[in-house]
Amino acid sequence: MLYDLLLQPLLDFAFMRRALVACLALSVSAGPIGVFLVLRRMSLMGDAMSHAILPGAAIGFLLAGLSLWAMSLGGLAAALLVALLAGGMSRLTPLKEDAALAGFYLISLALGVLLVSLKGSNVDLLHILFGTLLAVSDDALLLIAGTASLTVVVLAAIYRTLIAECFDPAFLRAVGGRGGLAHVLFLALVVVNMVAAMQALGTLMAVGLMMLPAAAARLWTISIGRMIAVAVLVAASSSVIGLLVSYHADLPSGPSVILAAGGVYLVSILAGANGGLLRRLLPQRHLEH
Amino acid sequence: MAHRHHHLVQETRASASPAIVRLNDVTIAYDRHPVVHHLSGGFAAGSLTALIGPNGAGKSTLLKAIAGVLPVSSGSIDFAIDRRQVAYLPQVVDVDRSFPLRVVDVVDLGHWRKAGATRRIGADDRAASYAAIAAVGLKGLEAQPIGKLSVGQFQRVLFARLMVQEAALILLDEPFNAVDQKTSADLMRIVCDWHAGGRTVIAALHDLEHVKRDFPEALLMAREKVAWGPSAEVLTDANLERARQLAANWTDPAAVCER
Repeated sequence: MLYDLLLQPLLDFAFMRRALVACLALSVSAGPIGVFLVLRRMSLMGDAMSHAILPGAAIGFLLAGLSLWAMSLGGLAAALLVALLAGGMSRLTPLKEDAALAGFYLISLALGVLLVSLKGSNVDLLHILFGTLLAVSDDALLLIAGTASLTVVVLAAIYRTLIAECFDPAFLRAVGGRGGLAHVLFLALVVVNMVAAMQALGTLMAVGLMMLPAAAARLWTISIGRMIAVAVLVAASSSVIGLLVSYHADLPSGPSVILAAGGVYLVSILAGANGGLLRRLLPQRHLEH
Repeated sequence: MAHRHHHLVQETRASASPAIVRLNDVTIAYDRHPVVHHLSGGFAAGSLTALIGPNGAGKSTLLKAIAGVLPVSSGSIDFAIDRRQVAYLPQVVDVDRSFPLRVVDVVDLGHWRKAGATRRIGADDRAASYAAIAAVGLKGLEAQPIGKLSVGQFQRVLFARLMVQEAALILLDEPFNAVDQKTSADLMRIVCDWHAGGRTVIAALHDLEHVKRDFPEALLMAREKVAWGPSAEVLTDANLERARQLAANWTDPAAVCER
């Protein structure tokens, strides 16, 4: 019974195993990235970046067809360009970074839809946005695993700088910390992860695996280290649950994974030990001091 | 009060000491409007100087420029010491107090010069952090999340971070703002210990009584220098009135400065 429910789909079908490995690898890198996006109050940045990828991926698609590498490189270039332009404009004009980013990613998105419609069909567009988790290729798996490994190493190197930059930027500049560099590297990691997740989960769903576990983790603990651990755990278990549910109930796999993470997020909002709603609704008597 | 005696000794020494920081015709502008305007002079090594002036006089801006946080628009700031010997206390409002860090994590940031972005914080560094936390009166709160601290306790944490930095020049931006008298007195005692230990301290303040009582030197500025020297000579009614008048003109449309 339990075997049929949990193990049989994985043991019998290679595509299920590949989907699981892809999701678990993504969980390891998307978890900590999401935590830093939440802490830096840039939760919507991931969403914007996922749209910015589109025209680049579309150009790759127009030039080389459904080639993973062409579409990934194109998407990477487009998203980095949007991030750089937004960062630059926020410094050179009165627009704040969020407004500058919104402007450029919307242009990017519209351009992307236009380019896809030139050659492909709506189905192609849906693949880019929502992925095809049950058909992850060898190349895509390598790309995801490589990206996850790179992300962990780079994050470890800029971990302390990111925290200091977020908490007290003036202090960091005064002691000669490279806050700006860490910020740029971090944005690059966001984009690279999004692009890596494109074929498996699609750019829109990848944001879900980044943000939902991180936001949930924030509601359970106040230690950054523990937040990252919780986020990775939530992302990984959502992947397993989502994939199995999608298999047994014959539902699309990407959305199932994200909805599983969404379920954990909603439960955390209610029951979270650090600011969950239930605590507010069931007031405890105050202490002596 | 023992530290007041120190000031007298220090004062004679300070005026004879060479400058640890020298401002050479420094102008710092936001959007072409100078907030610090053609400011020149030196802070003597070992001096304890209060930076005073009306709101918008450029006190914070000057401190930020000395700390290397802001660039100067023209002129230069020369140091007799390594730039990394400078420690800076930002205004409390510039720090994100809701960020999920523990007290000891914040104090550990003071080891940045040694530990940098990636090196590990060793046992003796950690011991120094704990000693500093005890010295600012927060013993037992090392693992407390900073979000749960009062403004006064948080300012003590930032002072502990400064202590750990072991800097020769310490810049304080409104260190006693919004803290109660007990905290303010405790923190001032730390500042006096730094002064007695030969460190140079520059603090932006607005409580003139406090300046007269505890700060031997003062720089009164209103974007430009109004007076700079021993506090008693700087804090005269005539000087303060001049600073007020300069501040009253700032709302007028400005012509291009030809100086």
